[in-house]
Amino acid sequence: MKPREIRLSTTPTPEAIAELRLGDIVYLDGLMYTAREGVYMRALEEKANIPMELPSESAANFHCSPAARINADGSFDMGAVTATASFRFAKWLPEWMEKTGAKLIIGKGGMTSRDYKSYFVPNGAVYLSTVGYGTGALLGRGVENVEAVHWNEELGLAQAMWVIRCRKMGPFIVASDMNGDCLFERENAKIAQNIERVYEGTKPAVLKRYGESDDRSDEVI
Amino acid sequence: MIPIDLIQKTAETLMDKAAIEIPEDYLTGLQEAARTEDGDLSSFVLKAMLDNYEAAKADRRAMCGDTGVPRWFVKLGNDAKVEGGMCALETALRRATATATNGVPLRPNRVHPLWRTDHNNNVGIGAPEIEYGFEPEGEWIDLITVHKGGLFGTDYRMLFPSDGIQGIKRFYLDSLMAFGKRGLACQPAIIGIGLGGSKDICMTLGKRASVLRTVGSRNSDPRIAEMEDEFKELGNSIGMGAMGFVGKNMVIDCNIEVGYCHTGGMPMSVHAFCLSSRRAVARIYPDGRVEHRADPDWFTPYQRRETVEWEPVREAAE
Repeated sequence: MKPREIRLSTTPTPEAIAELRLGDIVYLDGLMYTAREGVYMRALEEKANIPMELPSESAANFHCSPAARINADGSFDMGAVTATASFRFAKWLPEWMEKTGAKLIIGKGGMTSRDYKSYFVPNGAVYLSTVGYGTGALLGRGVENVEAVHWNEELGLAQAMWVIRCRKMGPFIVASDMNGDCLFERENAKIAQNIERVYEGTKPAVLKRYGESDDRSDEVI
Repeated sequence: MIPIDLIQKTAETLMDKAAIEIPEDYLTGLQEAARTEDGDLSSFVLKAMLDNYEAAKADRRAMCGDTGVPRWFVKLGNDAKVEGGMCALETALRRATATATNGVPLRPNRVHPLWRTDHNNNVGIGAPEIEYGFEPEGEWIDLITVHKGGLFGTDYRMLFPSDGIQGIKRFYLDSLMAFGKRGLACQPAIIGIGLGGSKDICMTLGKRASVLRTVGSRNSDPRIAEMEDEFKELGNSIGMGAMGFVGKNMVIDCNIEVGYCHTGGMPMSVHAFCLSSRRAVARIYPDGRVEHRADPDWFTPYQRRETVEWEPVREAAE
Protein backbone atom coordinates (compact mmCIF):
# COMPACT_ATOMS: atom_id res chain seq x y z
CA MET A 1 0.00 0.00 0.00
CA LYS A 2 1.37 3.39 -0.96
CA PRO A 3 1.49 5.95 1.88
CA ARG A 4 -0.90 8.96 1.73
CA GLU A 5 0.68 12.31 0.73
CA ILE A 6 -0.43 15.56 2.40
CA ARG A 7 0.48 19.28 2.03
CA LEU A 8 0.54 20.98 5.44
CA SER A 9 1.08 24.56 6.62
CA THR A 10 3.79 25.27 9.22
CA THR A 11 1.04 27.09 11.14
CA PRO A 12 -1.49 24.25 10.90
CA THR A 13 -5.07 24.33 12.16
CA PRO A 14 -6.07 21.90 14.92
CA GLU A 15 -8.31 20.18 12.34
CA ALA A 16 -5.42 19.65 9.92
CA ILE A 17 -3.35 18.10 12.71
CA ALA A 18 -6.20 15.85 13.85
CA GLU A 19 -6.42 14.55 10.26
CA LEU A 20 -2.87 13.16 10.29
CA ARG A 21 -2.37 9.42 10.58
CA LEU A 22 0.77 7.48 11.48
CA GLY A 23 2.82 6.82 8.35
CA ASP A 24 1.32 9.67 6.27
CA ILE A 25 3.83 11.50 4.10
CA VAL A 26 3.81 15.28 4.65
CA TYR A 27 5.17 18.22 2.63
CA LEU A 28 5.39 21.59 4.39
CA ASP A 29 4.70 25.17 3.31
CA GLY A 30 5.49 28.31 5.30
CA LEU A 31 8.08 29.44 7.82
CA MET A 32 10.04 26.91 9.85
CA TYR A 33 12.77 27.49 12.40
CA THR A 34 15.61 25.31 13.66
CA ALA A 35 16.02 24.94 17.41
CA ARG A 36 18.05 22.34 19.29
CA GLU A 37 19.98 22.28 22.58
CA GLY A 38 21.72 25.62 22.00
CA VAL A 39 18.50 27.53 21.33
CA TYR A 40 16.60 25.73 24.11
CA MET A 41 19.24 26.49 26.69
CA ARG A 42 19.51 30.12 25.63
CA ALA A 43 15.77 30.72 25.53
CA LEU A 44 14.67 28.61 28.49
CA GLU A 45 17.61 28.54 30.89
CA GLU A 46 19.22 31.89 30.13
CA LYS A 47 15.79 33.48 29.49
CA ALA A 48 16.90 35.30 26.34
CA ASN A 49 14.11 36.87 24.28
CA ILE A 50 13.16 34.66 21.35
CA PRO A 51 13.80 36.75 18.21
CA MET A 52 10.59 35.64 16.42
CA GLU A 53 6.86 35.95 16.94
CA LEU A 54 5.86 32.40 17.88
CA PRO A 55 3.59 30.67 17.04
CA SER A 56 2.01 33.26 14.71
CA GLU A 57 5.03 33.26 12.35
CA SER A 58 5.76 29.55 12.69
CA ALA A 59 4.63 26.58 14.76
CA ALA A 60 7.21 24.26 13.21
CA ASN A 61 10.39 23.49 15.18
CA PHE A 62 13.01 21.59 13.17
CA HIS A 63 15.69 19.69 15.11
CA CYS A 64 18.29 20.49 12.53
CA SER A 65 21.63 22.05 11.79
CA PRO A 66 21.90 22.79 8.09
CA ALA A 67 24.95 22.45 5.87
CA ALA A 68 25.04 26.17 5.14
CA ARG A 69 27.21 29.27 5.09
CA ILE A 70 26.77 32.95 5.74
CA ASN A 71 28.35 34.92 2.88
CA ALA A 72 30.49 38.02 3.34
CA ASP A 73 27.59 40.21 2.11
CA GLY A 74 25.31 38.75 4.80
CA SER A 75 23.34 36.51 2.43
CA PHE A 76 22.96 32.78 3.06
CA ASP A 77 23.66 29.62 1.11
CA MET A 78 21.90 26.52 2.28
CA GLY A 79 22.86 23.19 0.70
CA ALA A 80 21.48 20.20 2.50
CA VAL A 81 19.27 20.05 5.59
CA THR A 82 18.80 16.97 7.74
CA ALA A 83 17.43 16.36 11.19
CA THR A 84 19.28 15.35 14.32
CA ALA A 85 18.03 12.78 16.88
CA SER A 86 15.22 14.31 18.95
CA PHE A 87 15.14 12.10 22.05
CA ARG A 88 17.95 14.22 23.54
CA PHE A 89 15.69 17.27 23.66
CA ALA A 90 12.88 15.79 25.78
CA LYS A 91 14.23 17.72 28.74
CA TRP A 92 13.35 21.11 27.19
CA LEU A 93 10.42 20.34 24.89
CA PRO A 94 7.47 20.60 27.32
CA GLU A 95 8.49 24.11 28.38
CA TRP A 96 9.39 25.06 24.80
CA MET A 97 5.97 24.02 23.50
CA GLU A 98 4.21 25.89 26.22
CA LYS A 99 6.23 29.02 25.55
CA THR A 100 6.17 28.96 21.74
CA GLY A 101 2.98 27.09 20.82
CA ALA A 102 4.94 24.74 18.55
CA LYS A 103 2.57 22.26 16.86
CA LEU A 104 4.99 20.41 14.60
CA ILE A 105 8.19 19.00 16.03
CA ILE A 106 10.32 17.79 13.16
CA GLY A 107 13.40 15.67 13.64
CA LYS A 108 15.06 12.29 13.61
CA GLY A 109 13.86 9.18 15.41
CA GLY A 110 10.82 10.59 17.18
CA MET A 111 10.07 10.56 20.90
CA THR A 112 8.37 7.97 23.10
CA SER A 113 4.61 7.52 23.31
CA ARG A 114 5.01 8.67 26.92
CA ASP A 115 6.31 12.03 25.62
CA TYR A 116 3.51 12.22 23.06
CA LYS A 117 0.77 11.50 25.60
CA SER A 118 2.15 13.71 28.35
CA TYR A 119 2.88 16.94 26.47
CA PHE A 120 2.45 16.61 22.68
CA VAL A 121 -1.27 15.75 22.74
CA PRO A 122 -2.18 18.30 25.46
CA ASN A 123 -0.45 20.98 23.36
CA GLY A 124 -2.12 19.79 20.15
CA ALA A 125 1.24 18.90 18.63
CA VAL A 126 2.52 16.02 16.50
CA TYR A 127 5.94 14.72 15.55
CA LEU A 128 7.12 14.58 11.95
CA SER A 129 10.19 12.52 11.12
CA THR A 130 12.55 13.17 8.24
CA VAL A 131 12.83 10.24 5.81
CA GLY A 132 15.78 7.87 5.84
CA TYR A 133 17.58 10.60 7.79
CA GLY A 134 19.65 11.27 4.74
CA THR A 135 17.31 13.04 2.31
CA GLY A 136 19.16 16.30 2.88
CA ALA A 137 19.35 17.27 -0.77
CA LEU A 138 15.60 16.75 -1.33
CA LEU A 139 14.78 18.80 1.77
CA GLY A 140 17.25 21.45 0.59
CA ARG A 141 15.23 21.79 -2.61
CA GLY A 142 12.21 22.65 -0.46
CA VAL A 143 13.99 25.68 1.02
CA GLU A 144 12.62 28.67 -0.86
CA ASN A 145 14.62 31.18 1.13
CA VAL A 146 16.63 31.57 4.32
CA GLU A 147 14.87 34.48 6.01
CA ALA A 148 17.21 34.98 8.97
CA VAL A 149 19.83 33.42 11.20
CA HIS A 150 19.47 34.32 14.87
CA TRP A 151 22.03 33.84 17.63
CA ASN A 152 24.79 32.83 15.24
CA GLU A 153 27.31 34.92 17.19
CA GLU A 154 26.34 33.31 20.47
CA LEU A 155 25.78 29.71 19.37
CA GLY A 156 27.72 29.13 16.13
CA LEU A 157 26.36 28.08 12.74
CA ALA A 158 25.32 24.57 13.79
CA GLN A 159 23.33 25.63 16.87
CA ALA A 160 21.97 28.95 15.57
CA MET A 161 18.25 29.54 14.96
CA TRP A 162 17.78 29.37 11.19
CA VAL A 163 14.49 30.71 9.84
CA ILE A 164 13.57 28.97 6.62
CA ARG A 165 10.76 29.62 4.15
CA CYS A 166 9.64 26.22 2.86
CA ARG A 167 7.78 25.39 -0.29
CA LYS A 168 6.60 21.81 -0.55
CA MET A 169 9.48 20.83 1.69
CA GLY A 170 9.61 17.11 2.30
CA PRO A 171 9.11 14.24 2.50
CA PHE A 172 8.39 13.91 6.22
CA ILE A 173 6.60 10.97 7.89
CA VAL A 174 3.91 11.43 10.54
CA ALA A 175 5.36 9.63 13.58
CA SER A 176 2.81 10.57 16.26
CA ASP A 177 -0.89 11.35 16.28
CA MET A 178 -3.57 12.91 18.46
CA ASN A 179 -3.95 9.59 20.33
CA GLY A 180 -0.32 9.92 21.38
CA ASP A 181 0.55 6.75 19.46
CA CYS A 182 4.09 6.31 18.19
CA LEU A 183 4.88 5.00 14.70
CA PHE A 184 8.30 3.67 15.71
CA GLU A 185 6.93 1.81 18.72
CA ARG A 186 4.30 0.24 16.48
CA GLU A 187 7.02 -0.98 14.11
CA ASN A 188 9.24 -2.14 17.02
CA ALA A 189 6.40 -4.27 18.33
CA LYS A 190 6.00 -5.99 14.94
CA ILE A 191 9.73 -6.65 14.67
CA ALA A 192 9.92 -7.92 18.28
CA GLN A 193 7.89 -11.01 17.34
CA ASN A 194 10.87 -12.25 15.32
CA ILE A 195 13.67 -11.52 17.81
CA GLU A 196 13.72 -14.88 19.54
CA ARG A 197 14.18 -16.74 16.28
CA VAL A 198 17.02 -14.45 15.12
CA TYR A 199 18.89 -14.82 18.42
CA GLU A 200 18.47 -18.59 18.51
CA GLY A 201 21.78 -20.32 19.30
CA THR A 202 23.64 -17.14 20.29
CA LYS A 203 24.75 -16.73 23.89
CA PRO A 204 25.32 -13.84 26.27
CA ALA A 205 28.89 -12.59 26.68
CA VAL A 206 31.04 -14.16 29.40
CA LEU A 207 31.96 -10.74 30.80
CA LYS A 208 28.90 -8.66 31.66
CA ARG A 209 28.82 -4.86 31.80
CA TYR A 210 27.15 -2.36 34.07
CA GLY A 211 24.11 -1.29 32.16
CA GLU A 212 23.15 -4.96 31.80
CA SER A 213 22.91 -4.83 35.57
CA ASP A 214 22.10 -1.48 37.13
CA ASP A 215 22.90 -2.77 40.59
CA ARG A 216 26.48 -1.61 41.25
CA SER A 217 26.78 -4.03 44.15
CA ASP A 218 26.58 -6.83 41.51
CA GLU A 219 29.73 -8.27 40.01
CA VAL A 220 29.89 -8.37 36.19
CA ILE A 221 32.00 -11.54 35.98
CA MET B 1 58.32 14.89 -5.71
CA ILE B 2 54.55 15.39 -5.43
CA PRO B 3 53.62 19.10 -5.60
CA ILE B 4 51.91 20.30 -2.43
CA ASP B 5 49.48 22.54 -4.36
CA LEU B 6 48.26 19.50 -6.26
CA ILE B 7 47.67 17.67 -2.99
CA GLN B 8 45.56 20.51 -1.62
CA LYS B 9 43.61 20.96 -4.84
CA THR B 10 42.90 17.23 -5.10
CA ALA B 11 41.91 17.10 -1.44
CA GLU B 12 39.37 19.90 -2.00
CA THR B 13 37.87 17.99 -4.95
CA LEU B 14 37.65 14.84 -2.81
CA MET B 15 35.86 16.71 -0.01
CA ASP B 16 33.29 17.90 -2.54
CA LYS B 17 32.81 14.49 -4.17
CA ALA B 18 32.50 12.65 -0.85
CA ALA B 19 29.75 14.99 0.38
CA ILE B 20 27.76 15.03 -2.86
CA GLU B 21 28.19 11.78 -4.80
CA ILE B 22 27.13 8.41 -3.42
CA PRO B 23 29.85 5.82 -4.19
CA GLU B 24 28.90 3.54 -7.08
CA ASP B 25 29.27 0.30 -5.08
CA TYR B 26 26.96 1.51 -2.31
CA LEU B 27 24.46 2.83 -4.86
CA THR B 28 24.33 -0.56 -6.59
CA GLY B 29 23.80 -2.22 -3.21
CA LEU B 30 20.96 0.13 -2.31
CA GLN B 31 19.28 -0.25 -5.70
CA GLU B 32 19.31 -4.01 -5.13
CA ALA B 33 17.82 -3.47 -1.65
CA ALA B 34 15.08 -1.25 -3.11
CA ARG B 35 14.23 -3.99 -5.61
CA THR B 36 13.80 -6.65 -2.92
CA GLU B 37 12.18 -4.55 -0.18
CA ASP B 38 8.49 -5.28 0.42
CA GLY B 39 7.79 -3.29 3.62
CA ASP B 40 5.52 -0.31 2.66
CA LEU B 41 7.32 2.31 4.71
CA SER B 42 10.81 0.85 4.18
CA SER B 43 10.22 0.83 0.42
CA PHE B 44 9.13 4.45 0.50
CA VAL B 45 12.29 5.38 2.41
CA LEU B 46 14.63 3.57 0.02
CA LYS B 47 12.98 5.18 -2.98
CA ALA B 48 13.31 8.62 -1.35
CA MET B 49 17.01 7.92 -0.74
CA LEU B 50 17.58 7.04 -4.40
CA ASP B 51 15.80 10.27 -5.41
CA ASN B 52 17.96 12.13 -2.92
CA TYR B 53 21.22 10.92 -4.51
CA GLU B 54 19.96 12.19 -7.87
CA ALA B 55 18.98 15.55 -6.39
CA ALA B 56 22.35 15.94 -4.66
CA LYS B 57 24.30 15.24 -7.82
CA ALA B 58 22.09 17.40 -10.05
CA ASP B 59 22.15 20.39 -7.69
CA ARG B 60 25.74 19.82 -6.47
CA ARG B 61 24.56 19.97 -2.87
CA ALA B 62 25.46 17.65 0.00
CA MET B 63 23.47 14.39 0.15
CA CYS B 64 22.77 14.80 3.84
CA GLY B 65 22.55 17.89 6.02
CA ASP B 66 24.66 16.18 8.63
CA THR B 67 27.81 16.00 6.57
CA GLY B 68 29.60 13.92 9.20
CA VAL B 69 33.07 14.41 10.60
CA PRO B 70 35.60 14.69 7.76
CA ARG B 71 38.75 12.63 8.17
CA TRP B 72 41.67 11.47 6.03
CA PHE B 73 43.42 8.22 5.30
CA VAL B 74 46.71 8.70 3.51
CA LYS B 75 48.64 5.89 1.91
CA LEU B 76 52.11 6.31 0.51
CA GLY B 77 54.12 4.17 -1.81
CA ASN B 78 57.51 3.49 -0.25
CA ASP B 79 59.27 5.87 -2.63
CA ALA B 80 56.76 8.74 -2.43
CA LYS B 81 58.08 12.19 -1.62
CA VAL B 82 55.90 15.14 -0.77
CA GLU B 83 57.00 18.69 -1.48
CA GLY B 84 57.57 20.34 1.90
CA GLY B 85 57.44 17.03 3.77
CA MET B 86 54.72 15.37 5.79
CA CYS B 87 53.89 18.41 7.93
CA ALA B 88 53.16 20.34 4.73
CA LEU B 89 50.86 17.49 3.70
CA GLU B 90 48.94 17.69 6.99
CA THR B 91 48.57 21.45 6.62
CA ALA B 92 47.27 20.99 3.07
CA LEU B 93 44.64 18.50 4.28
CA ARG B 94 43.55 20.80 7.10
CA ARG B 95 43.29 23.70 4.66
CA ALA B 96 41.26 21.60 2.20
CA THR B 97 38.90 20.54 5.01
CA ALA B 98 38.31 24.13 6.10
CA THR B 99 37.95 25.46 2.55
CA ALA B 100 35.47 22.75 1.53
CA THR B 101 33.41 23.23 4.70
CA ASN B 102 32.72 26.77 3.58
CA GLY B 103 32.69 25.97 -0.13
CA VAL B 104 30.35 22.97 -0.59
CA PRO B 105 29.01 23.96 2.06
CA LEU B 106 29.35 21.28 4.73
CA ARG B 107 27.97 21.50 8.22
CA PRO B 108 30.67 22.68 10.65
CA ASN B 109 30.23 19.71 12.98
CA ARG B 110 33.48 19.76 14.89
CA VAL B 111 33.45 21.38 18.31
CA HIS B 112 35.56 21.19 21.47
CA PRO B 113 34.14 18.36 23.64
CA LEU B 114 33.89 20.49 26.77
CA TRP B 115 33.78 24.13 25.70
CA ARG B 116 31.79 23.46 22.50
CA THR B 117 34.01 25.94 20.65
CA ASP B 118 33.17 25.80 16.93
CA HIS B 119 35.64 27.19 14.39
CA ASN B 120 32.95 26.78 11.72
CA ASN B 121 35.41 24.91 9.50
CA ASN B 122 35.58 21.31 10.82
CA VAL B 123 39.16 21.87 11.97
CA GLY B 124 40.28 21.77 15.59
CA ILE B 125 42.30 19.73 18.06
CA GLY B 126 42.81 16.31 16.44
CA ALA B 127 40.38 17.19 13.67
CA PRO B 128 40.38 16.12 10.93
CA GLU B 129 42.00 12.82 11.91
CA ILE B 130 44.80 11.86 9.53
CA GLU B 131 45.87 8.21 9.48
CA TYR B 132 48.65 6.65 7.44
CA GLY B 133 49.47 3.44 5.66
CA PHE B 134 52.35 2.40 3.42
CA GLU B 135 52.89 0.06 0.49
CA PRO B 136 56.20 -1.55 -0.48
CA GLU B 137 56.42 0.04 -3.92
CA GLY B 138 55.47 3.22 -5.73
CA GLU B 139 56.06 6.97 -5.82
CA TRP B 140 52.35 7.79 -5.55
CA ILE B 141 50.23 8.97 -2.67
CA ASP B 142 46.60 7.91 -2.11
CA LEU B 143 44.27 10.42 -0.50
CA ILE B 144 41.05 9.02 0.93
CA THR B 145 38.50 11.18 2.68
CA VAL B 146 35.65 9.70 4.70
CA HIS B 147 32.86 11.79 6.25
CA LYS B 148 31.29 9.30 8.62
CA GLY B 149 28.47 10.16 10.97
CA GLY B 150 29.57 10.53 14.51
CA LEU B 151 26.98 9.51 17.07
CA PHE B 152 25.18 6.21 16.63
CA GLY B 153 25.80 2.71 15.32
CA THR B 154 29.16 1.98 16.93
CA ASP B 155 30.01 -0.23 19.87
CA TYR B 156 32.90 -2.15 21.41
CA ARG B 157 33.01 -5.17 23.67
CA MET B 158 35.74 -7.34 25.17
CA LEU B 159 34.77 -10.89 24.33
CA PHE B 160 36.81 -13.97 25.19
CA PRO B 161 37.70 -17.15 23.29
CA SER B 162 35.01 -19.00 25.26
CA ASP B 163 32.38 -16.63 23.83
CA GLY B 164 33.07 -18.16 20.43
CA ILE B 165 31.29 -17.41 17.16
CA GLN B 166 27.94 -17.54 18.96
CA GLY B 167 29.08 -14.74 21.24
CA ILE B 168 30.26 -12.71 18.25
CA LYS B 169 26.87 -13.18 16.60
CA ARG B 170 25.12 -12.10 19.78
CA PHE B 171 27.06 -8.83 20.06
CA TYR B 172 26.60 -8.17 16.33
CA LEU B 173 22.83 -8.59 16.65
CA ASP B 174 22.77 -6.53 19.87
CA SER B 175 24.51 -3.67 18.05
CA LEU B 176 22.08 -3.80 15.13
CA MET B 177 19.06 -3.95 17.45
CA ALA B 178 20.34 -1.14 19.65
CA PHE B 179 21.11 1.29 16.85
CA GLY B 180 18.68 0.03 14.23
CA LYS B 181 15.53 0.88 16.16
CA ARG B 182 14.05 4.14 14.91
CA GLY B 183 16.82 3.98 12.32
CA LEU B 184 19.45 5.72 14.43
CA ALA B 185 22.19 3.86 12.53
CA CYS B 186 20.81 5.40 9.29
CA GLN B 187 20.56 1.92 7.79
CA PRO B 188 20.72 0.10 5.47
CA ALA B 189 24.41 0.45 6.18
CA ILE B 190 27.78 -1.06 5.45
CA ILE B 191 28.48 -2.85 8.72
CA GLY B 192 32.14 -3.14 9.65
CA ILE B 193 33.30 -5.58 12.29
CA GLY B 194 36.72 -5.40 13.91
CA LEU B 195 37.96 -8.54 15.62
CA GLY B 196 41.15 -8.62 17.64
CA GLY B 197 43.90 -6.07 18.01
CA SER B 198 44.22 -4.12 21.23
CA LYS B 199 41.14 -2.11 22.29
CA ASP B 200 41.93 0.98 20.24
CA ILE B 201 43.05 -1.03 17.20
CA CYS B 202 39.92 -3.17 17.45
CA MET B 203 37.86 0.01 16.99
CA THR B 204 40.13 1.13 14.17
CA LEU B 205 39.81 -2.22 12.37
CA GLY B 206 36.00 -2.14 12.56
CA LYS B 207 35.85 1.47 11.42
CA ARG B 208 38.16 0.76 8.50
CA ALA B 209 36.18 -2.39 7.61
CA SER B 210 33.06 -0.24 7.25
CA VAL B 211 34.54 2.80 5.48
CA LEU B 212 37.57 1.52 3.54
CA ARG B 213 36.06 -1.59 1.94
CA THR B 214 33.54 -1.53 -0.87
CA VAL B 215 30.16 -3.26 -1.06
CA GLY B 216 30.73 -6.72 -2.55
CA SER B 217 34.38 -7.01 -1.49
CA ARG B 218 35.37 -10.05 0.57
CA ASN B 219 38.15 -10.73 3.06
CA SER B 220 41.09 -12.62 1.57
CA ASP B 221 40.72 -15.33 4.25
CA PRO B 222 38.02 -17.61 2.76
CA ARG B 223 36.64 -18.56 6.19
CA ILE B 224 36.24 -14.90 7.15
CA ALA B 225 34.68 -14.24 3.72
CA GLU B 226 32.10 -16.93 4.55
CA MET B 227 31.38 -15.24 7.87
CA GLU B 228 30.82 -11.94 6.02
CA ASP B 229 28.18 -13.59 3.84
CA GLU B 230 26.55 -15.27 6.82
CA PHE B 231 26.51 -12.08 8.92
CA LYS B 232 25.02 -10.03 6.10
CA GLU B 233 22.17 -12.51 5.83
CA LEU B 234 21.76 -12.71 9.60
CA GLY B 235 21.43 -8.90 9.88
CA ASN B 236 18.88 -8.84 7.09
CA SER B 237 16.83 -11.60 8.72
CA ILE B 238 15.96 -9.46 11.77
CA GLY B 239 12.97 -8.07 9.91
CA MET B 240 14.09 -4.48 10.42
CA GLY B 241 14.64 -2.14 7.49
CA ALA B 242 15.31 1.53 6.84
CA MET B 243 14.41 3.83 9.78
CA GLY B 244 13.66 0.78 11.92
CA PHE B 245 10.46 0.09 9.98
CA VAL B 246 9.46 -3.47 9.18
CA GLY B 247 11.63 -4.59 6.27
CA LYS B 248 14.31 -6.93 5.07
CA ASN B 249 17.21 -4.61 4.31
CA MET B 250 19.36 -3.49 7.20
CA VAL B 251 22.82 -4.52 6.02
CA ILE B 252 24.00 -3.53 2.53
CA ASP B 253 27.14 -5.50 3.22
CA CYS B 254 29.14 -6.80 6.17
CA ASN B 255 32.93 -6.48 6.18
CA ILE B 256 35.15 -8.10 8.79
CA GLU B 257 38.78 -7.20 9.48
CA VAL B 258 41.01 -8.93 11.99
CA GLY B 259 44.21 -8.24 13.86
CA TYR B 260 46.21 -10.39 16.26
CA CYS B 261 45.11 -9.84 19.87
CA HIS B 262 46.06 -10.85 23.41
CA THR B 263 45.92 -14.63 23.80
CA GLY B 264 43.26 -14.36 26.51
CA GLY B 265 40.81 -12.15 24.64
CA MET B 266 38.70 -11.66 21.51
CA PRO B 267 37.80 -7.95 21.40
CA MET B 268 35.10 -6.94 18.95
CA SER B 269 33.81 -3.68 17.52
CA VAL B 270 30.85 -2.92 15.27
CA HIS B 271 30.48 0.15 13.03
CA ALA B 272 27.73 1.27 10.65
CA PHE B 273 28.55 3.36 7.57
CA CYS B 274 25.25 5.05 6.76
CA LEU B 275 22.84 5.69 3.90
CA SER B 276 25.13 8.51 2.79
CA SER B 277 28.33 6.47 2.80
CA ARG B 278 30.61 9.40 2.08
CA ARG B 279 34.04 8.43 0.80
CA ALA B 280 36.22 9.55 -2.08
CA VAL B 281 39.63 8.37 -3.25
CA ALA B 282 42.37 9.65 -5.55
CA ARG B 283 45.93 8.62 -6.35
CA ILE B 284 48.43 11.39 -7.08
CA TYR B 285 51.67 10.73 -8.99
CA PRO B 286 54.84 12.85 -9.00
CA ASP B 287 54.26 13.71 -12.72
CA GLY B 288 51.01 15.46 -11.80
CA ARG B 289 48.57 12.71 -12.82
CA VAL B 290 45.52 12.34 -10.57
CA GLU B 291 43.39 9.18 -10.78
CA HIS B 292 40.03 9.15 -9.01
CA ARG B 293 38.53 5.79 -8.08
CA ALA B 294 35.77 4.33 -5.88
CA ASP B 295 37.71 1.64 -4.03
CA PRO B 296 40.05 2.82 -1.26
CA ASP B 297 41.86 -0.53 -1.72
CA TRP B 298 43.27 -0.13 1.78
CA PHE B 299 43.42 -3.78 2.81
CA THR B 300 46.14 -5.01 0.47
CA PRO B 301 48.14 -8.21 1.13
CA TYR B 302 50.80 -5.95 2.65
CA GLN B 303 48.33 -4.45 5.16
CA ARG B 304 47.16 -7.93 6.16
CA ARG B 305 50.65 -9.46 6.32
CA GLU B 306 51.31 -12.00 9.06
CA THR B 307 55.04 -12.55 8.75
CA VAL B 308 58.10 -10.78 10.14
CA GLU B 309 59.59 -10.08 6.72
CA TRP B 310 57.64 -8.94 3.70
CA GLU B 311 58.26 -11.51 1.00
CA PRO B 312 55.70 -10.87 -1.72
CA VAL B 313 57.14 -13.46 -4.11
CA ARG B 314 56.82 -16.30 -1.62
CA GLU B 315 53.33 -15.16 -0.55
CA ALA B 316 52.18 -15.05 -4.15
CA ALA B 317 53.47 -18.57 -4.77
CA GLU B 318 51.58 -20.01 -1.79
